Amino acid sequence: MIQYILRRCLYALPLLMGVNILTFVLFFVVNNPDDMARMQLGQKHVTEQAIQNWKQQHGYDLPLLWNQQADSSEKLTETIFYQKSMGLFLFDFGLSESGRNIGADIKQRMWPSLSIALPSLMVGLLVNISVALMMVLFRNTYIEFSSIVLCVVLMSISSLFYIIGGQFFIGKLLKLVPISGYDTGFSAIKFLILPVLISVVSGVGSGARWYRTLFLEEVEKDYVRTARAKGLTETQVLFKHVLKNAMIPILTGVVVVLPLLFMGSLIMESFFSIPGLGSYTIDAINRQDFAIVRSMVFLGSVLYIIGLILTDISYSFVDPRVRLE
Amino acid sequence: MYKLFLTIFILFLSACDVSQLNNPYQQDETDLSILYSSFSERPKHLDPAVSYSANENTFIGQIYEPPYQYHYLKRPYQLEPLTAVNMPVIEYFNQQGNKVDGVKIADIAYTDYTIDIKSGIKYQFHPAFIEANRKLTAEQIEAINLLSDFDQQGTRELIAADYVYQIKRLADPKVQSPIFGVMRNYILGFDEFSKQVNKAGIKQIEISGVQVVDRYRYKIRIKGKYPQFKFWLAMPFFAPMAWEVEAFYQQQGLSDKNITLDWFPVGTGPYFLSENNPNQRMVLTKNPNYREDKYPFEGEEGDKQKGLLDDAGKLMPFIDKVVYTLEKETIPYWNKFLQGYYDASGISSDSFDQAVQFIGDGDAKLTESMKAKDIQLQTSTMTSIFYMGFNMLDSTVGGDTESARKLRQAISIAIDYEEYISIFQNGRGLSAQGLIPHGIYGHEEHKAGMNPIVYDWVNEGYKRKSIKDAEKLMHEAGYQQGVDPKTGESLVLYFDTTSVSVDDRPRMNWYRKQFEKLGIKLVIRATDYNRFQEKMRNGSGQLFLWGWNADYPDPENFFFLLYSKNGKVKQGGENAVNYQNAEFDSLFEQMRNMEDSAQRLLIIQKMQDIVRKDAPWVFGFHPKSFSLFHGWYKNLKPNLMANNRLKYTRIDSKARELKREQWNQANFWPLLFAVIFFLLILFPAIKAFKHRAKETVK
Repeated sequence: MIQYILRRCLYALPLLMGVNILTFVLFFVVNNPDDMARMQLGQKHVTEQAIQNWKQQHGYDLPLLWNQQADSSEKLTETIFYQKSMGLFLFDFGLSESGRNIGADIKQRMWPSLSIALPSLMVGLLVNISVALMMVLFRNTYIEFSSIVLCVVLMSISSLFYIIGGQFFIGKLLKLVPISGYDTGFSAIKFLILPVLISVVSGVGSGARWYRTLFLEEVEKDYVRTARAKGLTETQVLFKHVLKNAMIPILTGVVVVLPLLFMGSLIMESFFSIPGLGSYTIDAINRQDFAIVRSMVFLGSVLYIIGLILTDISYSFVDPRVRLE
Repeated sequence: MYKLFLTIFILFLSACDVSQLNNPYQQDETDLSILYSSFSERPKHLDPAVSYSANENTFIGQIYEPPYQYHYLKRPYQLEPLTAVNMPVIEYFNQQGNKVDGVKIADIAYTDYTIDIKSGIKYQFHPAFIEANRKLTAEQIEAINLLSDFDQQGTRELIAADYVYQIKRLADPKVQSPIFGVMRNYILGFDEFSKQVNKAGIKQIEISGVQVVDRYRYKIRIKGKYPQFKFWLAMPFFAPMAWEVEAFYQQQGLSDKNITLDWFPVGTGPYFLSENNPNQRMVLTKNPNYREDKYPFEGEEGDKQKGLLDDAGKLMPFIDKVVYTLEKETIPYWNKFLQGYYDASGISSDSFDQAVQFIGDGDAKLTESMKAKDIQLQTSTMTSIFYMGFNMLDSTVGGDTESARKLRQAISIAIDYEEYISIFQNGRGLSAQGLIPHGIYGHEEHKAGMNPIVYDWVNEGYKRKSIKDAEKLMHEAGYQQGVDPKTGESLVLYFDTTSVSVDDRPRMNWYRKQFEKLGIKLVIRATDYNRFQEKMRNGSGQLFLWGWNADYPDPENFFFLLYSKNGKVKQGGENAVNYQNAEFDSLFEQMRNMEDSAQRLLIIQKMQDIVRKDAPWVFGFHPKSFSLFHGWYKNLKPNLMANNRLKYTRIDSKARELKREQWNQANFWPLLFAVIFFLLILFPAIKAFKHRAKETVK
């Protein structure tokens, strides 16, 4: 398995390099270093001299990808791409264009993101699986029918509506929790109740229907009929056999998103004033802060690759037939 | 059993303090005099040499103290000493270095500003003032994560050399001050210093025009006469900087922990930044070293009746702590304001109708629900202007020909900005009659201030000229019924804008309709910000929207926007329309060096007449700011120039606490009903399931 993981890590290197080049090209198709300087220096009294100074200080006075003026290997190394991108492979994110340490910012902001995303995922998973099992248990009854209708209704509503509605009903009318905000330690709990609840409710429609499909597929299989034939109750069949065998597709969906939980949620964090990573990239794009954009895209890619590797590993634990070679 | 459970539950609910479960702050803070405010975007810079935005001045305006400030209550805006003993002593010199009286501009080669600062002013406590903290080892830096990790913090007296040090920082290209380009034209030796500083270091060399005279006195020599320089001395750019502070932050390793001068300001002001987490919360706390500073004894007429002089002579600041929370969205912000968790709020368009209504004569009034909460409304016309610019280099709308001028005048009449303000600004604005906004010297009211090209004076008020007048001008310009004689079809004009979102569509359609009144076809060219700026720089735009916010309350700060030597295309200046008029330029050169006087007003009136006639801008509107404050927030008066308003204001914490308790009683009953409803649904389901489990195969 170690060999397999190492091989996957090596495959990741060209992939990450490709992502890096793509981000670089896309960013500089839309912006150029002069635009970035103007954005950073503000709108009033910006002189050409100030722009040149800014570019020089931030290392944007070099050619983008190829330095014709330089000698030998410096043709490649004395470029914006090389200078700004190579540190990423050592997880040295450097400074943002406004002078803040990106690594320190990411470390600080990933915990609030995680504190909202992790409980949302866990509670959401529990609720979705429970509702799906209930629908399977009561299949072909009014409960299943009404649950499906409810799920479709829940799926059809915009997540923004859940957020604003939840804030209005629970925060403003019932006054049970703060409408928005964040704090550290245990004080964070009262701020997390509402966003977690909204995440779970907004996701239950699609989640429960997806798991119901998986379970229904399983309940029709031969081993389920055998289990029933040997006299097991319906609940025993569902929880001991169906649930266990439906774990592979469940894991596929869950493990792959685990590392990405660090990246946060843009809308949720914005409306609840959670100081996470959700809006970090979008704000950086708006501010034309290339240093943050490249760091976040790189980090996102790394986490996604880790997620895929973890998914493969988890298969081997859940299904003995799967071997990583 | 059920009854017992229910009784316990009800007793539990009634025993709990169900007030303020939704309080987003620590409960133990409720009795302190704390102001709760917010910020929607993290500030980019907190270094006074770099910071130039209003959201940054909110913080550094309370921390750093330039020598002068604007009087909080008096209008028109008036400068007064802050850390200075009195207003600067201004002396004029000719080329030979002899003193002259300053009346003849041509005689003046230099102007000296001599500033005496008060003795005994102390900096806030900070580790930079302890020598050992400026010589940290790598291991010591490794162990530090916050400024509070330093065991020893010190202070020292403010001296004149700190002001001089800061002016040197403005000239240092590494600092990248936005006013570098402006000051190099005025401060003697500024440019030379900037060229040498990279080699020598900021402490080693001097700016020839900036001198420390003694411990509490310094002198700035500027080229020629520039009366507006005094206004710059009231901006944070000219606040003092202790060299120890810069030396402390320059230690290698601190910036990796985001401990930089740009993020942790050190000043002498009434507050210091005690918590700096721009991703979540920023806190200003009363500076224990703050000197004796008293609330003003005088204001303008009516201030006493409004209670604005009740605290006259009392020591400031009144508020102990200010908590700024990151709040990106307006809806949660507004709801928290209504719950009493924010002390002030702007009014977004979503909540405008809920808060404000207009009465017969166009005056804004609070709605009954706001009055019931004892909320106060404060309105003020901002010292800003939004306008539509004609690129004067363009062959159709630009240039000095009579035809182009009449076309511009016709368009100025056709674009009904009164309607625009009513539809898109919720009435929050005043149509502009010229360049100068309210509150700036040279602005005139009533008929004297009217733009006669666009308006008529009817029934003691401005009335926009009819569309027939505009059509007549179009005819005279050679575009009868909007037809371009070159093509025989409707005249096509191009409007460049960065308003690209769906929300902007109604506004763009409105502009299109205004031009249709004259038979002109307006093509909207939506573009991103960078490309828009590029078009402005190379002069390829035709029509565009632009705005300006006053740096200081002087008409020069608006007229320079049309001075030909500030042309965007040729000089990269702020004259975005590239307007050029020799007479205007000559009057501007006279006016900018004059003190306020009847003669200056006469020149201003002439300049207004020229630009109204030439119409390089469609003078759009001066926005009005509407702010809401809770009744417990005192001593509030709009002051659009001052950055340090906070120290004058006061919070009645007890009144706030009472209101918060009253407004935030938690309501559990709907939840209880929801649980009962859920159980009622579940019960038949369980019954059905049990019944099914017992069923046999038939």
